[in-house]
Amino acid sequence: MFSLLPDTPRERLNVVINGKTVSVPPGFTAAAAMLLHNAGATRTTPINDEGRAPYCMMGVCFECLMEINGEANQQGCLVIVSEGMRINTQHGKREVQA
Amino acid sequence: MPDFDAIVIGGGLVGTAVAYGLIRRGQKVGVLDEGDIAYRASRGNFGLVWVQSKGFGVPEYQRWTRRSSEDWAGFSTELLQETGIATGHERPGGLTPCLTESEFDKRQQLMEQLRSEAGDIPFEFDMLRPAALKKMLPVIGPDVVGASYTPYDGHANPLYTLRALHAALLKRGGHYVPGSRIENINAAPRQFSVTVRGETFSAPRVVLGAGLGNKALGAMVGLNVPVRPLRGQIIVTERLQPVLPMPTLMIRQTVEGTIMIGESREEAGFDDATSPEIIRTLAERAVKTFPFLRNVRIVRTWGALRVMAPDGLPVYEQSREFPGAFVCTCHSGVTLAAAHALHYAGYVIDGALPPELARFSTERFNVLAAA
Repeated sequence: MFSLLPDTPRERLNVVINGKTVSVPPGFTAAAAMLLHNAGATRTTPINDEGRAPYCMMGVCFECLMEINGEANQQGCLVIVSEGMRINTQHGKREVQA
Repeated sequence: MPDFDAIVIGGGLVGTAVAYGLIRRGQKVGVLDEGDIAYRASRGNFGLVWVQSKGFGVPEYQRWTRRSSEDWAGFSTELLQETGIATGHERPGGLTPCLTESEFDKRQQLMEQLRSEAGDIPFEFDMLRPAALKKMLPVIGPDVVGASYTPYDGHANPLYTLRALHAALLKRGGHYVPGSRIENINAAPRQFSVTVRGETFSAPRVVLGAGLGNKALGAMVGLNVPVRPLRGQIIVTERLQPVLPMPTLMIRQTVEGTIMIGESREEAGFDDATSPEIIRTLAERAVKTFPFLRNVRIVRTWGALRVMAPDGLPVYEQSREFPGAFVCTCHSGVTLAAAHALHYAGYVIDGALPPELARFSTERFNVLAAA
């Protein structure tokens, strides 16, 4: 659905989306990386377990919650990718370690 | 000219609870709601249905609160059946954690006082030390020296409760008028009329359930309602898997998964903003109580204004000058919602408040002023 703009620099780094290694341009956010690689629903809602994907892309709507490097419920649109970053779909409510 | 059996002024938890109570007894009711310029305590509150800190030295308040808490489950079920909206009410009991021995001792004294003032109604409580407390609430932190527990406490979602009350009102033919700021009430004994947005509403009864607005409204019908705002601030976290099986006085987990942290009290006039100092104090105590919160995200904070009488008690009164005009106001709109719907509304129809509510009359303000 999404493609890179023609003038995107050629440089790439690798991230791991739901276990699969993919390449994205540096400076991308985790949410943009998910969209670029057609990850589909990037979270399921905490009450009704419905699929959701990034929406506002500016930190407001909280639709893009995802698990990044093992930390759940992060706003993917506010996290810039780094080499080797592990990005996973957020399933419902976050687990807490008491 | 719409004619009603009763006009209720206020569309928050208090107003709609009384209005729903009137409608379920077959009354024709109009609800006039000011709008988003109002302070709307019902949109900002914490959601406890709480017994264990209500009514020290005022057994009437303890009994009224307890009665509402006993009625809440049935009230919630009724709203669910009427509207399909679940209030999220649960009554797993509640805790007040103490962080120092002196807090614990003071708490114990207060609980003993409540029990002695409960009269012939059994009042069970426990003062739990960490070993027993951990069985009930495993996530409690090492700084907690103990907690008081009663089985009577619970919580509900205030917004779903309000929505359910509104839905029930409409379903039963209640007439709801938003954007209704009341400038004047034409009052005569058992004969009231109010004009809003070009429409005149008349009824033999009027109930003031407008929170902080009751002060000005009361003056229009011969009622002295000296309520003032008392600000509370609340922190809300991200949604977590269930981790708190019961509410505490200051911290509760909603059925949706967020943790709410509240229970600050400030004289801030009509300023309903938040302040970093209070939010920090709340967060520090929350993390001491439940250390896992240290790594939990805050997603929102807000301030809201409690509706407080000088002595902190509800105000229930019928105007002597204009019988048929009632006031119903309190700072526990959630806890007392069941009592307002199931009982207070009946007293309004009867045309007289019962002796057990005499302690909440406006007479007490005259005594205070004279003293």
